[in-house]
Amino acid sequence: MSEHHIVMPKTYATVLGCLFVLMAATIGASYIHLGSTYNLLLALFIALCKMSLIVMFFMHVKYSSKLTKVFAASGFFWLIIFFTLLFADYMARHLSTSPFAGSPYGG
Amino acid sequence: MANDVVQGPDFPERDYARPEVNYLNWKQTVSSWLLSQDHKRIGIMYLVSISIFFVVGGLFAIMFRLELLTPEGDLLQADTYNKFFTLHGVVMIFFFLIPSIPAVLGNFLIPLMIGAKDVAFPKLNLASWYIFMVGGTIGVIIILVGGVDTGWTFYTPLSTSYSNTHVFLAAMLVFITGFSSILTGLNFLVTIHKMRAPGMTWFRLPLFIWAHYATSVIQVLGTPVVAITVFLVGVERIWGVGIFDPALGGDPVLFQHMFWFYSHPAVYIMILPGMGVISEVIACFSRNRVFGYEFVAFSSVAIAIIGFLVWGHHMYVSGQAMYSNLVFSLLTMLVAVPSAIKMFNWTSTLYRGNVVWETPMIYAIGFIGLFAIGGGTGLFLGATGMDVPLHDTYFVVSHFHYVMVGGMVMAYLAGIHFYWPKITGKMYSQPIAKLCAVLVFVGFNCTFFPQFLVGWLGMPRRYHSYHPDFQVLNVMSTLGASILGIGFVIPVFYLGWSLFYGKDAGSNPWGARGLEWEVCTSPPDPHNFHEIPVVTKEAYAYTGEETLSV
Amino acid sequence: MSSAEAKADRSPYLAHHFESIEQQEESCTLGMWLFLAQEVMFFGGLFMAYAVYRYMYPDAWLEGSGALSIKIGGINTVVLLVSSFSMAMGVYYCQIGNSKNLFRALLVTLFLGFVFVAIKLKFEYFPKFAEGLFPGDGWGPHGHYADLASFGDQGALQIFFFLYFVMTGMHAFHMLIGFVILVVLMVMTKQNKFGPQRFMPILFFGLYWHFVDIVWVFIFPMFYLVT
Ligand SMILES: [Cu+2]
Repeated sequence: MSEHHIVMPKTYATVLGCLFVLMAATIGASYIHLGSTYNLLLALFIALCKMSLIVMFFMHVKYSSKLTKVFAASGFFWLIIFFTLLFADYMARHLSTSPFAGSPYGG
Repeated sequence: MANDVVQGPDFPERDYARPEVNYLNWKQTVSSWLLSQDHKRIGIMYLVSISIFFVVGGLFAIMFRLELLTPEGDLLQADTYNKFFTLHGVVMIFFFLIPSIPAVLGNFLIPLMIGAKDVAFPKLNLASWYIFMVGGTIGVIIILVGGVDTGWTFYTPLSTSYSNTHVFLAAMLVFITGFSSILTGLNFLVTIHKMRAPGMTWFRLPLFIWAHYATSVIQVLGTPVVAITVFLVGVERIWGVGIFDPALGGDPVLFQHMFWFYSHPAVYIMILPGMGVISEVIACFSRNRVFGYEFVAFSSVAIAIIGFLVWGHHMYVSGQAMYSNLVFSLLTMLVAVPSAIKMFNWTSTLYRGNVVWETPMIYAIGFIGLFAIGGGTGLFLGATGMDVPLHDTYFVVSHFHYVMVGGMVMAYLAGIHFYWPKITGKMYSQPIAKLCAVLVFVGFNCTFFPQFLVGWLGMPRRYHSYHPDFQVLNVMSTLGASILGIGFVIPVFYLGWSLFYGKDAGSNPWGARGLEWEVCTSPPDPHNFHEIPVVTKEAYAYTGEETLSV
Repeated sequence: MSSAEAKADRSPYLAHHFESIEQQEESCTLGMWLFLAQEVMFFGGLFMAYAVYRYMYPDAWLEGSGALSIKIGGINTVVLLVSSFSMAMGVYYCQIGNSKNLFRALLVTLFLGFVFVAIKLKFEYFPKFAEGLFPGDGWGPHGHYADLASFGDQGALQIFFFLYFVMTGMHAFHMLIGFVILVVLMVMTKQNKFGPQRFMPILFFGLYWHFVDIVWVFIFPMFYLVT
């Protein structure tokens, strides 16, 4: 049998405590008005923290091989690619000056 | 010469006789096939099923090619024509092009090439085939109940609001078949990572394996996106409203983004495994190590990654932001680089090689020429300015058929002819096969080259009638298609004939290098290897003196 | 090692095509993580659609989010986080060989999962169905949600609730699949199928369950806490 790390209940409980705190923080943050963008970024940041805690400890990634870490990150990395190029379109769609101004499909 | 890095052969050159007991005959009940977890048998099951789907998809093509003989819509009505080209696309893409090389040759060869007893998850492998067949059954149901007419792209709002055909079933089909593809990719990735024989380091892997690794990455990370996209289309069909519905303020272009995020990389799911086959065939029949092995290996990975960054080149005229068009165009030019590296390295492999003109090699050389045309015209279409007049014309149709048929199907046929003696232990008739390879090449060009011209002249795709000026080129195309069709049918006969009357091929008729040729019998043992081999040399350790025994 | 030796000390849990338990475990771990990467992209597609429409219709998002109860969403978050914790404890008990507590941990996980879905249906889905918040023909906010009816862009609001139902629904569907697997695992635990020598199935189900939890960790602020 291979050696597999056993995570102790105390660690799990600490993580759960942190998750509660972060949940309270994200609810609290929604009542502070920082402007919609900053509120969104803050909420996303807290969610990412919660995700990292769950992934690292509940899902044992902290104790896993490098390869597992890469595989675990791959989906998120690909989502970032997707998001970046997708959002670039929506943010640039309303730019009024076009490099093709005057061409058949630009204006 | 690259031969310097290769040490001498570590498996004695010998020819194993056809084994009495092999994976084909050791169990003979129907259930021993249908419930088999043996990657080789599952590969054969895929071979049979995708061949049937290929015939179905081909029949639709014959019908609309006949319709296009005349400018008027006489053979098919407009709505029937729309259904036929849609079904041709759906069947060919989801049931032939995507599964063909990975699910048939990949399944059969990956464990043999890396020295494993099976893929990492044999049960999952069998499950993939069943999921595939469930998708196929839905496809047959769609055909029987009246078809679908949106084109294989299912663009909204046509698919969600306007089409009266079976879009919901088609969405189910894509969703379900997608999971078959995902599971196959997952299986291969784990297999390549964890099942390699001792000494089989990453840079000793055949390039076929690298290509399948890259393919599998796309399958696992791309396919779920199209699954959720068609799921949303399906939900919209049922609820009557949805996020792609312009009536609510939804953006149909978002569908195109989500669809092409998968469907452009899907082009590489189709072509990358083909490139893997070509590397094997070119090396074997040039008696040469593939020139710049590392470059070819990494170009596969580069294609898989950069391939995810270019999807917007399908959307230049959709209302996508112009700055996005620019970026996508630039990235599209970039993805051509790794493909070009491969082309360059294959040609360089031929240089100073002992080129042997066996059937697989003829297909492989055909691939190089046709893929060059297909890829090059892709750059025309990837350029924002050029794409505007060419968009949705036959130029596009011809471009992707040069890649898909001229590239992928040629590579598939190269692979089938190359590995047929390994898969069945029998050799087919070389003269007929060579003639047939030439026939396919000629027929293909007669079919699709006129389509470049007619597209250039402005004939739009997806119409059942056209301006009489285009007739000559369309007639040429249809005539070419009949040659191509004959070229696709003949192999069924001589390969089938070889099963019963062909002479025993021996374990390594081509004098090829690699575990599958040097250590395995033909057909292989049910467990692949009696002893797990230990690998001590690079891939493609050709000396130039290998003997051919065909 | 020779094949005879290898046969002699093969663990009964070792499948025929693997050479060693390590190889088998590492393969299964990678396979599971690839499955989850696939799931990330699957839900990711929905989150991308969400992002685009939130960007296009910020006002509708504010309005729609206002109709969702932070209290109910918060309670459900707590329920799900605790169920994740009990699942993690299940893995621990399995690893130390305490089958009894493993069974209890799985039972608690299943129970909390039920609580989550029950709360979701009773306090969220049903009132919305009844009071016209389901997109489509039946759309027409009334009752508790009468305020929404006066919002100018009803189309965008429908898109918000379309995404709300599809995303939370897809999440709940994953939980339902989890319930089925949990029941199977509980039966197998009763049959003493798991222990320190064989805890991978529990660990892998845990990974799945935590993943479902993570999806909720994002859904909660994205729908309930729009400001
Ligand atoms: Cu493309």
